[in-house]
Amino acid sequence: MDNQNQPLIFEQSRQGRTACSLPVLDVPETPLVEMVGEDYIREEEPNWPEVSELELVRHYMALSRRNFGVDNGFYPLGSCTMKYNPKVNEVVARLDGLTHIHPYQNEKSVQGALELLYRLQENLQEITGMDAVTLQPAAGAHGEWTGLMIIRAFHEANGDTKRTKVIVPDTAHGTNPASAAVAGFEPVTVKSDQNGLVDLEDLKRVADETTAALMLTNPNTLGLFETHIQEIAEIVHAAGGKVYYDGANMNAIMGVTRPGDMGYDVVHLNLHKTFTGPHGGGGPGSGPVGVKTELEPFLPKPLIVKKEDGMFGFDNDRPQSIGRVKAFYGNFGINVRAYAYIRTMGGKGLFQVSKDAVLNANYLLKRLSDHFDTPFKQLCKHEFVLSGSRQKNLGVRTLDMAKRLLDFGYYPPTIYFPLLVDEALMIEPTETESKETLDAFADHLIEITKEAEHTPERVQEAPHQTMIGRLDETQAARHPVLRYVRQ
Amino acid sequence: MSEFRYLPVTEEDRREMLDVIGAQSDEDLFSDVPDKIRFKGELKLEPKLSEPELIRFLTGLAKKNVSTSDYPSFLGAGIYDHYIPSVVDSVISRGEFYTAYTPYQAEVSQGELQAIFEFQSLICELTGMEAANSSMYDGSTSLAEAALLSSNVTRNQKIIVSEAVHPEYRQVLATYAHGRRLKIVTVPEKGGRTDLQALEAAIDDQAACVIVQYPNFFGQIEPLKEIETIAHGKKKVKLIVASNPLSLGLLIPPGAFNADIVVGDCQPLGISESFGGPHCGYFAVSKKLIRKVPGRLVGETVDDQGQRGYVLTLQAREQHIRREKATSNICSNQALNALASSVAMNAFGKKGIRELAEQNIQKAHYAVRQIKAEGIAVSNDHSSYFNEFVIDCGKPVSEVNHALLEKGIIGGYDLGESYGQHKNKMLVAVTEMRSKGEIDQFVESLGGIIGG
Repeated sequence: MDNQNQPLIFEQSRQGRTACSLPVLDVPETPLVEMVGEDYIREEEPNWPEVSELELVRHYMALSRRNFGVDNGFYPLGSCTMKYNPKVNEVVARLDGLTHIHPYQNEKSVQGALELLYRLQENLQEITGMDAVTLQPAAGAHGEWTGLMIIRAFHEANGDTKRTKVIVPDTAHGTNPASAAVAGFEPVTVKSDQNGLVDLEDLKRVADETTAALMLTNPNTLGLFETHIQEIAEIVHAAGGKVYYDGANMNAIMGVTRPGDMGYDVVHLNLHKTFTGPHGGGGPGSGPVGVKTELEPFLPKPLIVKKEDGMFGFDNDRPQSIGRVKAFYGNFGINVRAYAYIRTMGGKGLFQVSKDAVLNANYLLKRLSDHFDTPFKQLCKHEFVLSGSRQKNLGVRTLDMAKRLLDFGYYPPTIYFPLLVDEALMIEPTETESKETLDAFADHLIEITKEAEHTPERVQEAPHQTMIGRLDETQAARHPVLRYVRQ
Repeated sequence: MSEFRYLPVTEEDRREMLDVIGAQSDEDLFSDVPDKIRFKGELKLEPKLSEPELIRFLTGLAKKNVSTSDYPSFLGAGIYDHYIPSVVDSVISRGEFYTAYTPYQAEVSQGELQAIFEFQSLICELTGMEAANSSMYDGSTSLAEAALLSSNVTRNQKIIVSEAVHPEYRQVLATYAHGRRLKIVTVPEKGGRTDLQALEAAIDDQAACVIVQYPNFFGQIEPLKEIETIAHGKKKVKLIVASNPLSLGLLIPPGAFNADIVVGDCQPLGISESFGGPHCGYFAVSKKLIRKVPGRLVGETVDDQGQRGYVLTLQAREQHIRREKATSNICSNQALNALASSVAMNAFGKKGIRELAEQNIQKAHYAVRQIKAEGIAVSNDHSSYFNEFVIDCGKPVSEVNHALLEKGIIGGYDLGESYGQHKNKMLVAVTEMRSKGEIDQFVESLGGIIGG
């Protein structure tokens, strides 16, 4: 990486330069005041930079060198499934007939797009064991909220309006309670037991006639399979609630087990995780939602259907639908990538993906387990959580070890999550990493634990090799500077 | 040779790894999944394809679509066919950007963080607002979140929205509002603009916000000055303006009219139509609302050597910290598209955006003159509009569009689909991409089909 500060694009501006090329206006001109009226014509220009095309390219190349993606190196960020993003996905997603099409075109003129979405829906139904799928939600959290709105509509349709609560485990991702709140529910917490699994007794205590749903990822955020999932589902169902599958951890179970067979009623998937839509620096994602037949009438509209004449089209005639959750039909471009991935792997391939993801995680866990406190002794699935409490006693925090990993060319694991584990490091290697990569990572992390013992300051003062040191987050929050202002 | 090019674990690796773990086989690693719920057999998915087969198959599907680069398009209604500088795709194809995750580890994410800081700055400059977040899913969810924000800060439940706001944006708003038990009051349009008298009648001290679109769904430039006076006539009420960002190259920005929140979609600036997504919602606010903003914000700070750098900031608003008390549940956003849009905005620069916006308005007005000359009625052509306008087809728009398609033209949006009062009316968009020749041909075809 470069070791020089890259000026903001605004600071590189010189009057008179440009990086765009517009055709000469070929229609007779009308004075602006006649079209807009003086009161609405902008006089002060936005202070956008003026740069040539090469300067613009060099600016972004410089920024790209200051960034780290899966293409750069190992990215074991727990709960994020940072697997390889296939290049062919990018090629097909840029096909002219999939890129330059408008969502309001006549159905007849977009049959290819509709067919692709329909096929994707069918494949996702099979993978999840659900009866119907909507591709409209734009991301995981958006899918969660959509799923909860569906559950809400179901209860309302039954006149069951006292169901105001959504149960989430104490290990849940923050989006779960936040989505519950946006859907108008009150989140209540169910505890984990000493094995890191949902405490059945506590679940029995909190599940009652006010329960709208339980949100639960499986494997859970500790990377552990909720072995009692059927009993969990029974408890919630007996109380009259629905069981929601957070698909964040789907990468562990494809072809192994299906949410629909475990007793779940609603599922969302993160196509940008398990199904290789790239993470894009934080998005865009795609968060399809699958449901059992009973909930199908409440799916967002429109749905994509295959008609009797074999043509594909939209079904807008859905009186019980929760409505629209996003304009148009979802993040189509990400759905194309996910479809390309599913067709590349096939059923056998996706099963192999999950087997290898779980193998890699268990192997790495084993390689590290003598050097860290491991709060849970059982098998893990696609990810695992270590505790840095042993190192904390030496004065080295998990944050320090994460920063030290940067020096070795790794993106650090997720840290301090789940909250349940002291000084947590959450590691998800994914199936696309080789044994050599895992071994090298384990060696480096073990080396860091040795440094923590012998030369703790080496870790505490990390990173040493990055282009910039630890940043002052307190100052950033106390005196927010959120934009460039011309000096 | 492995059957799967994305899977590097060899059989030899597998044996060694299982040995280390102390397991006999892969199956042992799934012994915690009860047999009753184990999936037996192979998932019945479509058969797998090799790389060349996949490209051939998807190219075939793509060819079943009529693309707007094959046929001139006069379709807009929130998504437009615009010039996208080649540098955009070149930049977003960099693996360092598109295969990265959210820049939580700032030391190795300065590129993304700085790019987003620049995005926020560009949006502030364009909208005339003081802060902008790092993106929302799209314009519709951005608008819905703005309404939720206004309700949170005013503690009021009444959302006033103009009928001249995009119908699908209003549908999304209705879904969000239902969750939060908010009441939506729709102010009718009159002559293609928000009925100001009706707006005045609707507003009261229980209102959380007034939402208008500028230019509105019919392409008309709403009188923001008068609307602002009405909205802020009630002390608490927030004025939310949804804007096509391209139009702001030419129009006085909502910030100059004291809008509290400005939202919209960056699609017209560097993002392809892509059948409706992924695009990029933007969300800009006045200074006093900064700490109420949904989603990620990038801020400037310094490192331990005093060097300038960027971090995700004010994270106490967000779901991973605040959980159910967060300002929103949003986590993933549209970062890569925000990057795409930033590249385009920087490519245009302050002069280019003006030229681009002017070409749009000039071409739309030229098209209107030609259409009227053809004897076809144009609604509300006495008032000001940007790059869209409404024509009266006198017959079902679907028929007209079908005939246009036969002639190799993608016609406009059927307003009757969303507005009962506008049966047989077509919303037409004319962007800088339409040459005079294409516009003339469109008009001539319309004349023939409508028989004006």
